[in-house]
Amino acid sequence: MRDERTLHERVQASPEFAELRSRLRRFVFPMSAAFMLWYLAYVLMASYAPEVMGIPLLGHINVGIVVGLLQFVSTFVITGLYVRYADARLDPVAESIRTRMEGY
Amino acid sequence: MSEKLGSPILNISVFAAFVLVTLVVVFRVSRSNKTASDYYAAGRSFTGPQNGVAIAGDYLSAASFLGIAGAIAVNGYDGFLYSIGFLVAWLVALLLVAELLRNTGKFTMGDVLSFRMRQRPVRAAAATSTLVVSLFYLLAQMAGAGALIALLLQIPNSNTFGQGIVIAVVGLLMIVYVLVGGMKGTTWVQIIKAGLLLVGAATLVTWVLGRHAFDFSAVLGEAVEKNPSMQTPTGAVKELGERLLIPGLQYGASDLAKIDFLSLGLALVLGTAGLPHILMRFYTVPNAKEARRSVVWAIWLIGIFYLFSLVLGYGAASLVPGGAERIANAPGGTNSAAPLLAYQLGGEFMLGIISAIAFATILAVVAGLTITASASFAHDVYANVIKRGTASPDAEVRVARRTAVLVGVVAVGAGILARNQNVAFLVALAFAVAASANLPTLLYSLFWKRFNTLGALFSIYGGLTISVVLILLSPAVSGRPTSMIPSLDIAVFPLANPGLVSIPASFLLGAIGTFLGRRDEGAAARQAEMEVRALTGAGSEKAAAPKTAPLPKVMV
Repeated sequence: MRDERTLHERVQASPEFAELRSRLRRFVFPMSAAFMLWYLAYVLMASYAPEVMGIPLLGHINVGIVVGLLQFVSTFVITGLYVRYADARLDPVAESIRTRMEGY
Repeated sequence: MSEKLGSPILNISVFAAFVLVTLVVVFRVSRSNKTASDYYAAGRSFTGPQNGVAIAGDYLSAASFLGIAGAIAVNGYDGFLYSIGFLVAWLVALLLVAELLRNTGKFTMGDVLSFRMRQRPVRAAAATSTLVVSLFYLLAQMAGAGALIALLLQIPNSNTFGQGIVIAVVGLLMIVYVLVGGMKGTTWVQIIKAGLLLVGAATLVTWVLGRHAFDFSAVLGEAVEKNPSMQTPTGAVKELGERLLIPGLQYGASDLAKIDFLSLGLALVLGTAGLPHILMRFYTVPNAKEARRSVVWAIWLIGIFYLFSLVLGYGAASLVPGGAERIANAPGGTNSAAPLLAYQLGGEFMLGIISAIAFATILAVVAGLTITASASFAHDVYANVIKRGTASPDAEVRVARRTAVLVGVVAVGAGILARNQNVAFLVALAFAVAASANLPTLLYSLFWKRFNTLGALFSIYGGLTISVVLILLSPAVSGRPTSMIPSLDIAVFPLANPGLVSIPASFLLGAIGTFLGRRDEGAAARQAEMEVRALTGAGSEKAAAPKTAPLPKVMV
């Protein structure tokens, strides 16, 4: 029986592509949910618990400044984690599928 | 109130030097501008780091540069909250949008949204929302230019003619950059500007910290001590002091204000990855990996810049004589914090540098917006909706250039009219519309297999209409003394920012439209092509001439 599917449909159905998609989604969806929740928690804390934000920690540096700076830190860390993950776990698979497709 | 500040001649000379240098660069890089891909996407020949710096240059608009430092100086912690939303937003772009968009599209956001849909209706919708978002953003930048002129060139707000001429000169320069340099020239202007901005800000930050023995806590302490209270421009007296260091000064403590702030936070964090002029920057690199590197560079530079802003804002409150009160009441309002601080530290010369950077900022951002709006009109509307894909690339670029001139003229006219409008309001509007109309549609088309034409039209037009209508009916437009039109009261919607309602509504509408609509013809094959291309980069647009780097020849 002749395969009537397009090249892309066949690639899409291949186990290698399924693995690439699942690796991508397994990382970006939970990570997006995590940073959104962390950011919303921060915004809600700023609105509803300003007195907590005002607790001094080090001289005039208070909880609010530290938690705000932690938002910067988490953004930089997630960026670094994603780059490492993408370089090691996504790029090689994508590259191998691309090479095979362009070889057809 | 008039206040003498620095020397306008010096301010103009430093700015003129910037214009001269950038014009030379733009003319040099323009020699290799030939194809549509050169004009729209700089031949896809920028490296990730170069594009990352350009993105930072594009993103750190006047609202970021002058606005955030000023907001921190006058409203303390609440200004800092703003910058965090603007930064965290980049994770959406990094994780969910940048690489997939680079692999799928060619020149515009419409390329991605219409990839597996019926071309004409979806492209028309994408172009509509691109033009609306870009125009609001453009208006905000031009309104900011007016405020800056008032402060730096000492042309008072009452002198409409004088300010109008300066705005017209800014508009004219921007048209030259775009017409001559295309995306390549515009990108170099943004790179140069971002470099100047970061170096300028770093110098001021070192200076501020140096005055406080490099102890950030001492900067905060002096800001608190020197500003026990202030009289606002409306005459009310506001308690500051320790309150500068905790949230709530700007947005207030009422329940409504809290919900409004949540709404703003949502629009900020979801808006960035839907701004068409930011999305278009991802097409200027050769592949998805470089797109990823550009976002990484952008995140670091933007993050570092916002950390600088934190020091500059509290530094201005502590070091500028008269503190928060003088800043809030200066011509140009809170926007004057960074220039006043520069004058206090480094006198006329430093003020001249910072002023020139501020002008350069507006110029570069406006050029980026103009090229985005003109590309969307020429590529989506003219070539694909009107000519149904039969227009030659040459004709398309010709239309894009003409549109750029038209956008420039509209920007100048609108800038003169919008001189006294609230810049932050206009920028928040652009972010809310981008987050409502563009982001849900982008995410659905990249990640949801079943999404179809009707769904895309529902989420774009639905998000666009709901966000714009809610803004028109909000207290930002009417009903309060601080509104755009205080004499009118049609504010039936209580929140100043519509994000909390319009963003979920747009996601919902996209889903409803998808279930109501029919499957698009050949949907399975198109979806397979889009997904395989998005994830692997197979078949994506290649760099025009991979070997020629877009570096301008070394200048003598």
